[in-house]
Amino acid sequence: MAPRILAVIEARDGAVRKISHELLAAARELAGPSGAVDALVFGAALPTGADALPAFGADRVLSAAHPDFARYNPDGFSATVASLAAGCTAILFTATATGKDLAPRVAARLGLGLASDVTGLALVDGAVIATRPVYAGRAIQKVKLRASPALVSVRPNTFQPRARDDGRTGGVEPVSVPAFEARVRVTAVKAPEKAALDVTEASIVVSGGRGLRDPANFKLLEELADALGNTAVGASRAVVDAGWRDHAAQVGQTGKTVSPGLYIAVGISGAIQHLAGMRTAKTIVAINRDKDAPIFKIADYGIVGDLFEVLPRLTEEIRKVRSEK
Amino acid sequence: MKIAVCLKRVPDTVAKITIGADRKSIEETGLKFVPNPYDEFAVEEALALKEKAGAGETVVYALGTDAAQETLRTALAMGIDRAVLLQSPGSPDGLEVAKAIAAELKDGGYDLILFGKLAVDDYNQQVGPMVAELLGLACVTSVAHLTIADGAIEAEREIEGGIEVVSCRLPAVLTCDKGLNNPRLPSLKGIMAAKKKPFETKAVALGPGSIDVLGLEYPPERQAGRIVGEGPDAVPELIRLLRTEARVL
Repeated sequence: MAPRILAVIEARDGAVRKISHELLAAARELAGPSGAVDALVFGAALPTGADALPAFGADRVLSAAHPDFARYNPDGFSATVASLAAGCTAILFTATATGKDLAPRVAARLGLGLASDVTGLALVDGAVIATRPVYAGRAIQKVKLRASPALVSVRPNTFQPRARDDGRTGGVEPVSVPAFEARVRVTAVKAPEKAALDVTEASIVVSGGRGLRDPANFKLLEELADALGNTAVGASRAVVDAGWRDHAAQVGQTGKTVSPGLYIAVGISGAIQHLAGMRTAKTIVAINRDKDAPIFKIADYGIVGDLFEVLPRLTEEIRKVRSEK
Repeated sequence: MKIAVCLKRVPDTVAKITIGADRKSIEETGLKFVPNPYDEFAVEEALALKEKAGAGETVVYALGTDAAQETLRTALAMGIDRAVLLQSPGSPDGLEVAKAIAAELKDGGYDLILFGKLAVDDYNQQVGPMVAELLGLACVTSVAHLTIADGAIEAEREIEGGIEVVSCRLPAVLTCDKGLNNPRLPSLKGIMAAKKKPFETKAVALGPGSIDVLGLEYPPERQAGRIVGEGPDAVPELIRLLRTEARVL
């Protein structure tokens, strides 16, 4: 039987989040050419961007519309996903704050195991095989999900979204939302003062450590991030513990794990705790005064020098490059 | 206020991991273990909530081998009232662990069941909300700010690019994130007192689950990088490499 994959799409403020295109790429890969991918969207109405999901790999869009679904509704969403599970080979979630909250609830409702935060997926003899980093990336575990549907949450920045193909079309079908008891309610979503890009979702991350000497000097990193575009500013544990930066920005074992295309570590020595959070970045650049700093062992490119001299120059050169385009 | 806290014993976050001869698990001999760092926020929150309420009971649970006794004793030394060890080698299927914990907590009369946000060994981040679902309780995960008044909970959790404000009522399951509090250290007096606190051990049998571990490997080594140069003069060469070699700009 051809595989059928249900991809649980994330939306916020009435619009599909871009991260969902990565999930569709993973779903499409798992489904193969003969399989089917259903994209499930939640909202008070059909979210913006839902009708374009076929162009990114979905065969069908399933719309679960409910007055209580304008914001994330854990109990209602999990009841709906569980009601659609029959006949699915796998159900895929994004391993975001929302997906990591939702997926275990669905798993418990269905009485099925869940592989969290996976970075690789394959279908072998009808069973889903997932690879996932464990021990903060110090080892990679391979698991087989014996039950069906296989439940999986997929790590952001792992699967490359498919190029938009408007030749691919698919219908939007309403699905009924089963009765549910809303035990918890999301009453508000507070935006940070400056709408900052999250380190887990940015394609470039520039992180600062104790070498910056003073919280005010993070301005240098913010300028570099502005010059690069689509860039988040991260931080080492030391500066988060010192109260210089918010915990949301912390990269490392007790912070976030990131896999951006480019990671620039500035004034970060490279403790194991930090390396655990960024070693899967595709390209790593390190700028540090100490040529023996452990960060240089894992960096693809390093500059040994005073960051207060190197950073302004780097920002200036990046601006030049960006203005050429 | 009666509060349960569920703990896990994990390898020290800075320890070097060695993959065992079975190529499916890590070598535990000689490895230093610690209480899971996020669980310490849960222990601290339980203690602070009981202190604020002025009455109640705090109980720690751990599912693990006898070695997890040490993890539970640390929590007792911090001030938790009693401990229960659910003896089991564990399971790669978090749902089986959740079922055993839920069965144990079901008739405990708890107002609040606390977990750490995730365990830094398997990174599953699933047992807390699974226990909530199995018990039919309200659940908020990754709580970084918490207020409880008259049985109503208001919790804040970080989401990408924002803060989600979530409300529910007791009884509830919460998983605790960094930022919630600053865990206290066990005092010498606490360590002595811990030795006299009730400590119960029960064997639990986990089901087969639906997840098999096929293998465990080291991550691919990153190829040794290179120092592009020294000081700001190295910047143009770095930019060139990022554009033409790494192709990330």
